[in-house]
Formats: sequence, structure tokens, C-alpha cells
Amino acid sequence: MRSEATAERISQLHEVAARARPVALAREHVLPVLEPLRTLLPDGLRRGSTVAVGDSTSLALALLAGPSGNGSWSAAVGVSSLGLAAAAELGVALDRLVVVADPPSESWATVVAALVDALDVVLLRARRRVSGGDARRLIARARERGAVLVLLGDSWPEAADVRLSITSAEWKGIGDGYGHLQARRVVVESSGRRAAARARRVELWLPAAGGGVAAVDELATVRPLRVS
Amino acid sequence: MTAVRTLVVRVPDWAVIAAGAPLHEPAAVFFANRVVASSPAARDEGVAPNMRRREAQGRCPELIVLEHDPARDARAFEPLVAALDVLTPRIEVSEPGRCAFPTRGPARYFGGDEPLAARAHALVSDVLDERGAVHVGVADGPFAAALAATDRATMVVPAGSSPAFLAPWPLATLERHDLVDVLHRLGLHSLGDFAALPAPDVLGRFGTEGAIAHRLAAGLDERPPATRPPPPDLTVEAELDPPAERVDTAAFVGRALADELHARLSARGHVCTRLLIVAETEHGECFERLWRLDHFSAGIVADRVRWQLDGWLNGTAAHRPSAGISLLRLVPDELATAAGRQLGFWGGGGGADERVVRALARVEGLLGPDAVTVPEWRGGRGPLEQVQLVPAGVVDLTVERPASRPEWCSEPWPGSLPAPSPATVPRSEIAIDVVDATGASVLVSGRGDVSAAPARLEIGGRPAREIVAWSGPWPVDERWWDAANHRRHARFQVVTDDGIARLVTIEGGRWRLAAVYD
Repeated sequence: MRSEATAERISQLHEVAARARPVALAREHVLPVLEPLRTLLPDGLRRGSTVAVGDSTSLALALLAGPSGNGSWSAAVGVSSLGLAAAAELGVALDRLVVVADPPSESWATVVAALVDALDVVLLRARRRVSGGDARRLIARARERGAVLVLLGDSWPEAADVRLSITSAEWKGIGDGYGHLQARRVVVESSGRRAAARARRVELWLPAAGGGVAAVDELATVRPLRVS
Repeated sequence: MTAVRTLVVRVPDWAVIAAGAPLHEPAAVFFANRVVASSPAARDEGVAPNMRRREAQGRCPELIVLEHDPARDARAFEPLVAALDVLTPRIEVSEPGRCAFPTRGPARYFGGDEPLAARAHALVSDVLDERGAVHVGVADGPFAAALAATDRATMVVPAGSSPAFLAPWPLATLERHDLVDVLHRLGLHSLGDFAALPAPDVLGRFGTEGAIAHRLAAGLDERPPATRPPPPDLTVEAELDPPAERVDTAAFVGRALADELHARLSARGHVCTRLLIVAETEHGECFERLWRLDHFSAGIVADRVRWQLDGWLNGTAAHRPSAGISLLRLVPDELATAAGRQLGFWGGGGGADERVVRALARVEGLLGPDAVTVPEWRGGRGPLEQVQLVPAGVVDLTVERPASRPEWCSEPWPGSLPAPSPATVPRSEIAIDVVDATGASVLVSGRGDVSAAPARLEIGGRPAREIVAWSGPWPVDERWWDAANHRRHARFQVVTDDGIARLVTIEGGRWRLAAVYD
């Protein structure tokens, strides 16, 4: 009897605590991103939003790295060829990453919905085109649960809130039969809707030497003027 | 207030015996490439716990390598425990290889602790059948009894003299590494030294964990005995219709029950320290077994239930249920107040919260157990080998997993690819062709010479792309000692005119796409 009374008291206490808690703070609505990506996403990843990254897996992983490094759990669905060592180098915490095999199309939406319910970031690559209804349901679910959908490929029918794309890429460190791939200098552009409507552009090392992401330091790459 | 008089039966090196290896031959059980148990013969050769496989095999080349399988250990242990059922009901399995029961009733019936210990020894030795040694210890409290069951066949510590018996043992027997380390530096080396400290001071300095260790060292119970039995409504049960004759069907129900039990107890702020697993069959048979739980999580409970079901359903004919299991019940036999788990200051406790675990269990239910995987570091030269995926169902996500951190593989892998690693690593082979300026396939000789500079890359039916930069060959000759797994290939990094870098390999004259740096 006593324990039941205690349980009731505890639940009452929880209720009071929930009432006394301040409303959600603005920073709880966003997930952090890595420092070099701040230029593209100054506010971080807005919870409940969708981000399309085109075909660049490393860009998707760099997006995952911010929340993952700050304690969020993330899942990758249908990305069975994910380079996990690269993920770790880019800053994704492998102890909070779950890789889910590509679900058959009849249970695809159910599986993604189950993950969206509990995890903060879900990285998706759909084998075939997602139906408009499924996509809208998932977006609504993500908004309700505060998850972020990161979309790889072009099988998503809805317009993403933020669209990131690599417009140019150049590898360093490799020559004609010598050296090895060291770093890739890329230009990433963002466009999107609402808050992200303003187009932004940033030059990054993705991956930087030794793995990871770094902003391109203009001063370090200034070349001497060619005197002709 | 002394501890409950307890009899402990212990079979040393149980994991090795359960795996079927004879103890007089060097054998070791490995988990994630490290020794977790070894036979006496292996220890004589210098194989120590936590040693890496390569080092262990270096010290003892004829070492029999066994896989760690707690389910097998538990299943093989069940007949030994079942043999003790004639002495007393409700024997508690502390871990596979060690079980315990309070002696108060049976000792009176069999004429004292000594005859009871001798009897228990005879019963278990019969079943064990020369495969290993059996140690039986009787003392006040399971901790002292477990130490008594260390080297002699039977040892009875007289009632009330457990503190004196414990005093000379080293502190390492407490199995609390960090605490013992501090105590050593304080100049304390035996349990007696530690027990002599005033309990309030130990609590003040070392907290609950220290106080528990202090109680053990002083020959008391780990926790003050519970004063009231748990209320009956905490029991969870499920009827199986149709009755389950296979372990996996029953264990599936067990998993759901474990989740429910964990949710119910944690809602009340309790943890279960001892669990009674009950199974009833269609023919009205009732099987019961107690399990000691060092930690309490839904995953740990589900594991114990699965092992126990495995032990019953796949046991010897004499003890096996005669029909399918129709009812499964989990009774929290002993409860303690949840001390709570202190999370890392920056929220980095490492474990998954219940919501994540439940969502993954649901996805597992939808797609099958192998569809949900988590990465673990394994070490290797190729991008596919360095990190490998293990099913999420076989690891406990609620605790920190050291194998998911890169420090897990500290040894260098000469010839591994330099960072950055490729972001896309296809799991299946993709045939490609790398051709030189004349259109002929580029070949690599046995000495590692390239026939011509690669000029174009052809993937599938798509038009060939010009190669603008390339590097290689980096030959790899792996597992030459193992004819079945011997691999010899050469790797190249190539960048095509569309700016995409790829890792390609040539093996036996055939080119394959190994990874894409996208």
C-alpha cells in the first residue's frame, strides 16, 4: 500500500515539475553543427527539419557529426555502404550510431518512423522514390518528435528545408602516379526555404588532411603573384 | 547482524570447460580479440586475462582458441545446477560456473554444513564427470563463501568467523579496480586492513560503492537485508499460445517481459538484484531458477531469460520439459533502491536511453535481428575491415561500449590506407576496368610494376572517364599463412575528370571498385 502511495506522490511531483518547467528554449529547438559548417547553417540544424545533401556521403556524415558529438543518437537507413572509418574521422561518435539495413518497400516508412520517434538524426537513402504521402507523414512525425532527416540521393519527393550541394571539388596530395589523397577542397552552397532561404556559400576542406572538416583558411592558401 | 550463511559451488575456468576443451591442454576463450578465460595449462604458458589474441598465441602457439559465448556457458551449467535441486529448491545462479544457496534449511536436514558441502561436491562432481574441478565453500555471506570455494574441494568457515577468514585476502578479490587502486595507495593491502576502517568514514570518503565494498570486506551482506518482500504486482508473466518448444520463440516473449519488468521497476525507482525465472509447460511441469543480477537493465534480464530457456529446452533428457512452454513468469525476488547512474557531466554517459533501445527493438522486430547493426572497431588494412557492423541485439546499448571507440585498436596496421578514409565502401564487389592510353587493361606484375599509366576508368556500362590523377600500386599480401583466406592484391587511388576519387584494386588481373571518396 505504502509503495503505491509513494508512486502516486512521485507522479504528482513529476506533474508539478512539468508545469513549473520553463517553455522550451530556442536552443533546444536546434541541434549543433560542426564549427566549419556554421557559415552554412548559422543556427545549427533545426529540429523537425529536412536537409538534402545530394550524393555526397561525406557531407551527410559531417552534418551528423555535430549532433552525434554532442550526445545525440543517429541512424543510417539504407546506406549499407557507409564508410564507417570516414564517419569516425569526420567526428561521428560510432557508439551512438546505428546502421539499419535497407528495409523492403512495404515496411520502409514504418521503420523510418520508428527511428524518427526515438533518434535525433536519421540519415536516409531510399532505393526507390518515396511516395508523397509517406514523405509528408515522416516530415510531420519528425517535426513532432524533434528529429532531423538528412536525405541522400534524389528519391525524396518533397522539397527539403535546407539543400546543401557541393558545386566544385578538387583533391590535393595526389599526382600522376605519386602521392596519395590528402584533402579535398570543396565549395558547398546552401539554399532552402523559410529561414534558410538566403543562399550561402562556403569553401571547406572536406575531408581535411587526416580526416575531419576544416574551413579553408584563405591566408594559408594565398599564392604568390605570378610576375610575367 | 551477520550475513546469511551461504554455500557456494564453483567450477573454475567454466567458460573453457563449457566450450568442450580439456583443461590439461592450453585453451583460452576470447571476446573481441581479448582473453576472457583460460585453462590452467594456458596460464602456465603465460596467457593472462585481457591479453590480445596475437600475443597469447605468440606465448603459446598451440593454444586452442575458443569463442566467447555466454549462452553456451549458461546452457552447459544448467545440468550441474539441476543436480543440486535435490538439496534445496531455488538455487541461485550467480554466473555460469558459480551458484549459491542459503544453507540454513538443508544444513539442518543433512546434519550440518560439512556433510552438506560434501554432498553438494559429490553431486556436482558426478555430473561434471572429470571435466574439471569443483570447489564448495560454506561461510557467512556469498562473498566469503565464494572465496572459501577457491582452492580446496570443500571448505567450511565456522559460523561467525568469516571476518577473520576474510582478513588476509588481498583487496583485489573485491573486483573493484579503481577503489582497490586508491586503497593500495593509502597503504591498505588486505581485506582486514580495509574492514578495520570505521564504516561512516568509508561511506563519507568513497560513497555507496565504497560502503558496499567495506561491508563485503567486513563479512557482512552486500546490502542490508531487505526487510519486506517485494509486492506481488511487480511480477510479469505471459502465456504462450501456442506453447513454445523452441528457444527463440520463448526468448522473444522473454525479451518483451524483460522490457516490461524493467519499466515497472524503474517507474518505482527500484532495481532487481535477484530474479526468479519460472516456466510452466503444457503438462503442468514447473521449472524455476534464480539468477543473481549485478546490474539491472532490460538487456541483461532478457539475456538471462534466454540462457535459462536454452538450458531447459536443450538440456539433458532427464531434465528437459516434456512439452512446450506455455507460461513464462519473471519474479523480481530481491529488490534494491536504484542508486541511479551518474551520467557524464557533459551528457556523455555513453549509453542509449530506453527510448532508443525500444525503437531499435521495434525495428529488429520488423526487419529481423541482423538488420539493425552498430559499428565496432576491429582493425585491418582495408576500409571494409577497420570498422565492422555487429547486430545491435547482441550488445548492450545501455552501457558504454569500448569497442566502438578507435582506441580499441591501438596496434598499428602497416600498409593500411592513410586518412582520410573513403565515405562510401560498397559491401559487394563491383567489377570495373582500368585501361591505359591504348585501351588495354592495366596490369600489375608480381613485383609490383604497373604495365602502363592508367588513363581511363570504366564502371559498368557507363562511358569511361578520364583519369586525371592516380597513385599506386600499393601491394597487399594478406594471410599468406592461411591457404583459404590468402589474398594478394594491389590498390590504387584514382581521381577522374569529374572530380571523384576512388579506391580501386586489382586482384588476379581483375579490377574491382573498393571505395568512393564522395
